[in-house]
Amino acid sequence: MRNELAFKRKLAPGGLSEGMLRKYGLILILLLAVVVLSIVSDTFLTFTNLMNVLRQVSINGILAVGMTLVILTGGIDLSIGSLMAVSAVIAASTVSDSSGATILALVLGMLASGFLGGVSGTMSAKLRVAPFVATLAMMTIGRGIALLYTNGRPIIVDSPSFKYLGQGYVGPIPVPVLIFVVIAALVAVLLYRTKFGRYIFAVGGNENASRVSGIRVDRIKIGVYAINGLLSGLAGILLASRISSGQPNSGIGYELDAIAAVVIGGTSLFGGRGSLLGTIVGVLIIGVINNGLNLLDVSSYWQQIIKGVIIAGAVILDQRAKRD
Amino acid sequence: METVLAMNGITKSFFGVKALDGASLEVRRGEVHALMGENGAGKSTLMKILTGLVTPDEGSIELFGERVSIATPQDALRLGIAMIHQELNPIPDMTVAENIYLGREPTRGPFLNRKQLHRQTRELLERFDFHAAPETRVGSLSVAQKQMLEIIKAVSAEARLIIMDEPTSALSDGEVKTLFQTIRALKGQGVPIIYISHRMEEIFSMTDRATVLRDGQYIGTADIAALDADRLIAMMVGRPLEAIYPKERIEPGEVVFEANGLSRKTVFDDITFRVRKGEILGIAGLMGAGRSEVARAIFGIDRLSGGEIRIDGRPVAVRHPADAIRHGIALVTEDRKEMGLVLCRPIRENMTLASLPIDAKGAFVSGRSEAGTVRGLTDKIRIKMRDVNQPVQSLSGGNQQKVVLAKWLLTKPKVLILDEPTRGIDVGAKAEIYRLMSELAKEGLAIIMISSELPEILGMSDRVLVMAHGRIQGEFEGAHLTQEQILACAIGGSHSA
Repeated sequence: MRNELAFKRKLAPGGLSEGMLRKYGLILILLLAVVVLSIVSDTFLTFTNLMNVLRQVSINGILAVGMTLVILTGGIDLSIGSLMAVSAVIAASTVSDSSGATILALVLGMLASGFLGGVSGTMSAKLRVAPFVATLAMMTIGRGIALLYTNGRPIIVDSPSFKYLGQGYVGPIPVPVLIFVVIAALVAVLLYRTKFGRYIFAVGGNENASRVSGIRVDRIKIGVYAINGLLSGLAGILLASRISSGQPNSGIGYELDAIAAVVIGGTSLFGGRGSLLGTIVGVLIIGVINNGLNLLDVSSYWQQIIKGVIIAGAVILDQRAKRD
Repeated sequence: METVLAMNGITKSFFGVKALDGASLEVRRGEVHALMGENGAGKSTLMKILTGLVTPDEGSIELFGERVSIATPQDALRLGIAMIHQELNPIPDMTVAENIYLGREPTRGPFLNRKQLHRQTRELLERFDFHAAPETRVGSLSVAQKQMLEIIKAVSAEARLIIMDEPTSALSDGEVKTLFQTIRALKGQGVPIIYISHRMEEIFSMTDRATVLRDGQYIGTADIAALDADRLIAMMVGRPLEAIYPKERIEPGEVVFEANGLSRKTVFDDITFRVRKGEILGIAGLMGAGRSEVARAIFGIDRLSGGEIRIDGRPVAVRHPADAIRHGIALVTEDRKEMGLVLCRPIRENMTLASLPIDAKGAFVSGRSEAGTVRGLTDKIRIKMRDVNQPVQSLSGGNQQKVVLAKWLLTKPKVLILDEPTRGIDVGAKAEIYRLMSELAKEGLAIIMISSELPEILGMSDRVLVMAHGRIQGEFEGAHLTQEQILACAIGGSHSA
């Protein structure tokens, strides 16, 4: 018993007690979807298809992990699609110059998007612009930067090492999946093992009490938006690598899937309550259902309706769980 | 006399903690029945069950001899159970008549029948001796009148049982008299009332019988005539309360904290005082005297526009609470929920929140050492909880306040500023906070206590400052200090020494 408790604490020092049932409820929904799809489709439960699902969710997964941090502070970031494009075109131009290595492309692209994320954070924390508005502004600014930088034309990439990021495999496992797993693990450590992570929850739960407790609330917020920017940049580069070009119009609408995954995962839009595990399950639920509907040849119009119903359903369940 | 309501064996748990454990309540026709207990005793949960806001885990409710189930507030209304809340919520831009008949307006065909609405309202108002026209806008009424309106509304909706939760808390003395007249009128009409109040004199003058709950359990029901205040308190607290202020006189040590000529434009000016090791300095004054504002500025929440703070004789610059904490200042704010706690987070995280930024363990949080720290302190402070991972919002007010105190003690402060440390918490928890203050002072902490409760100021302070209009108006010391002296200084601003 004692060992078991210690083990649980090791798993999630951030507090497994809260909404445990709800988390398991989500996992049950995921399992249910998997079981149903395995029965109705022959191809669903094959190794190739499952890897396919994971590869498809990894970009949204990275975005949703970053978005979780932002939403936990009580904020929101609408600009991530544009930040993806900024990072993608900068990275693509760096490798196609042939002077730069892939690593340099990654670093430059992510620094640019991380910086823009930090600017959104500063607007919201220091200048008291509501996050919705600050990042809405950044959404158009970022898109403009990407278009300006490329003159509106895609930058084609030939570099094999750059393409490897989005298209390569390590053994049977796609590289983006590995990157997603590493990012999720790093952010889990950040969120549950560091003071910074603890302050994210505190700031989202009660900003005033956090400030009175000696937390530099502004720095936490700016940091969170900057990290979210970095991760958006990484996701943008993976996307560019997948399609072998940096497109100034890439990433449009990606913020919606990321926010949807976080919300399905049970993180409160008011901040302070939620979990990374919930978000990851949310990402998988969206991915599995998308994949399943594709396999079943459901029209993409219907897919959108079904996804919307699932998001609304998840939030309704969340409300009911809170009421009791 | 006929039993109107019988609640039996009511049990309800939240987050694994039993808020009610086999509680009972029996109310008879035409009586005013006091429901007594400390905060967290389960009074409000029992009333929430009666009004359909919470469903019980176990137990039965009988109304007029019939077993009923109350699953929603609509059920409660249908059964004729009405609650007059502490916070009233009439719609200010509608008239008295419209508010009373909201949702059940008299109609003629599909249209409102204004004439009938006003006639019915006028009759009703006359019955209760309520001097206002049916057309009066509710927003222009006084708090007491709004409360009367709620009661009249309940009666007009054929309430068969009325619950009043701290009905006099926002009323002036004159208004209280009016309320009591209304209650007597209701009583005369046979409507039973469940009356919740912490004010003893009201309990003894207005109620017929009292039921006491403690820790969610039924302690007893008695005729008020057979009780006195001491017996009633003993029932509520579970022990006699002879030593509520366990203040020990100790010889104060050297000066730890100095405020020299602190000012903040238009808020306070020329605030100068010193606090010694082991000393409790009380700061008294009326609301709006600028006491909390001084505390906020010392702590770096607001900016000072002039003056100097010294700790251990050295001047320190405080621009953010983080600076204050680093220099050994702690502040228990007056508003626990807004400024003190992150309500949705666990007790454990709240307790370590303020000490994390200053501990020397780098960027990481060690779960194991944190658990040890927290456990060591919860024993000393006696927080009533299931475990340290439950959210703070599941605790009662007194226990929440203890979590705030624990948080600040973990920063190992030299100076502890307490702003209204016992506001809104019950007698038992108050006594424990006083005991803790006394122990901390004995251990050498310098304590500044801002309080609007004069008995507390007199009972706990070694020395008392009185503030009015943003200035220190007087300083008092000694055992023969009286409430009248302090009050006179707080109101008149006389410069006595």
